[in-house]
Amino acid sequence: MSFSNILAQLGGGFLYTLLLFVLTLVFSMPLGLLVAFGRMNVWAPFSFLLTESEKSLLRGGNALPRTGKWQDNFRRGLAQFHPIQTVMKVLISILRGTPLMLQLLVVCYGPFYMWGATLSTQWRFTALLIGFAVNYAAYFAEIYRSGIESIPVGQYEAAAVLGYSKSQTFFRIILPQMVKRVLPPVTNEVITLVKDTSLAFVLSYQEMFTVAKQIAAAKADITPLFVAGVFYFIFNAVVAYTMERIEKALSYYR
Amino acid sequence: MKVLEINHCNKKFGDNEVLKDISLSVEEGQVVSIIGPSGSGKSTLLRCATLLETMDGGDLIYLGKYAAKADKAGKAQYVSNGELRQIRKNFGLVFQNFNLFPHYTVLKNIMEPPMLIGGRAEKEVRQEAMALLAKMGLEDKADAYPFQLSGGQQQRVSIARALAMKPRILFFDEPTSALDPELTGEILKVIQDLAAEHMTMVVVTHEMAFARDVSDHIIFMDGGVIVEEGKPEDVITHPAQERTQAFLRRFHQ
Ligand SMILES: Nc1ncnc2c1ncn2[C@@H]1O[C@H](COP(=O)(O)OP(=O)(O)O)[C@@H](O)[C@H]1O
Ligand SMILES: [Mg+2]
Repeated sequence: MSFSNILAQLGGGFLYTLLLFVLTLVFSMPLGLLVAFGRMNVWAPFSFLLTESEKSLLRGGNALPRTGKWQDNFRRGLAQFHPIQTVMKVLISILRGTPLMLQLLVVCYGPFYMWGATLSTQWRFTALLIGFAVNYAAYFAEIYRSGIESIPVGQYEAAAVLGYSKSQTFFRIILPQMVKRVLPPVTNEVITLVKDTSLAFVLSYQEMFTVAKQIAAAKADITPLFVAGVFYFIFNAVVAYTMERIEKALSYYR
Repeated sequence: MKVLEINHCNKKFGDNEVLKDISLSVEEGQVVSIIGPSGSGKSTLLRCATLLETMDGGDLIYLGKYAAKADKAGKAQYVSNGELRQIRKNFGLVFQNFNLFPHYTVLKNIMEPPMLIGGRAEKEVRQEAMALLAKMGLEDKADAYPFQLSGGQQQRVSIARALAMKPRILFFDEPTSALDPELTGEILKVIQDLAAEHMTMVVVTHEMAFARDVSDHIIFMDGGVIVEEGKPEDVITHPAQERTQAFLRRFHQ
């Protein structure tokens, strides 16, 4: 097999890699914001258990002082229980604490084992996207959250006094500043994603690495794997360059 | 006409009573200065007045409209969020550390609120914003970003931003405390000019000479209560209360 032939085949695989990469970002970046909102949600259905004095402390951003009585601690714990936040925390820790490959298999074959769904090529691709998007959303959510929490409270207060609503404050004042702050960690995730796309092989997706392995095995030749490595490297170089440009574009303010 | 009226305001954080039965009223065109040691509750009082904190008890009234009204038990009952949004249009607040929006130019910092919240036309708002900048001596900074300005310039922009909303009353919380000493003068001058134009203002400050010269009324707070209040000559020059005297003595040394 000629070198140009290898290139052509890998090029076909690369398009699939690129497709998975782009779609994962398109879905996971906004989804991450929703997950971050959930993760920061402070809905507390049992807050009525708090005394006025405790409420005023919490509203001022303080922790409640400890008391010796377990009844008090239990009541306060329950009153400060945030169900949505807790669910999101657990979800995020599962998504970040287990291998992506395992998650892909569960998403793809779970419905098959549970309800005997059919395993069409189309479903495999959908499962692939769901798995990737949800997993990356978990990572992005934590990045967004730390970005949002790093914005000084004075920004919220200035906006509030000027009459901005909550959503105006978020979308006009907080989000743009958050984007700038999270760009470096987001770049790290995006570069990891480039490499992670090769995990799609577990669902027999014909991305570049899968193609490279097939050719290498068939021809007993390591060249295709080497060429695939070069592809990934160039891809990442382009990603890094693009992110750098975006960072530059946002450097007009501090 | 009373622009602001606060009656029997109480505020606690947990068991810490930060404001105890505070009452004050501000007439149109009046400049009221609040002085007092750190931790005496001055900021909390301004934050209650600007709806950044909720009072536990008392009334908060702007131009005769209740933002909060004490019920029979004295507990402050706030009006609906929609009504509060209307009431917010009456006041502006200048923070100690400016809190400009760093991702906006100076001009956008000033223009966005009147356009977005006030729903006013861009052309007119731009003209007013440029006039405000000229008044602050910052015409040439319209397209600069906050980080490119000195602290004094940033504070002047934040005053312009507040004024662009045409508030009926403007609150200042230690507007010069975050500034280098040589920059405080320019801010005090701006406030003095506003006073000369009969802007209604409440200023928390540690600048005693300024407070004495510019205010119609001075309030000395300590430990969450108003210890002494009255004309500048009385409170600053001839304080009657021992605590006021002790506090002022530290400024004369
Ligand atoms: N969010 C808060 N939570 C708890 N205590 C607070 C909070 N804000 C202010 N305090 C307390 O209220 C008191 C008055 O504070 P403050 O109003 O900032 O005083 P000043 O502005 O006069 O220095 C202080 O004892 C301070 O610790
Ligand atoms: Mg203060």
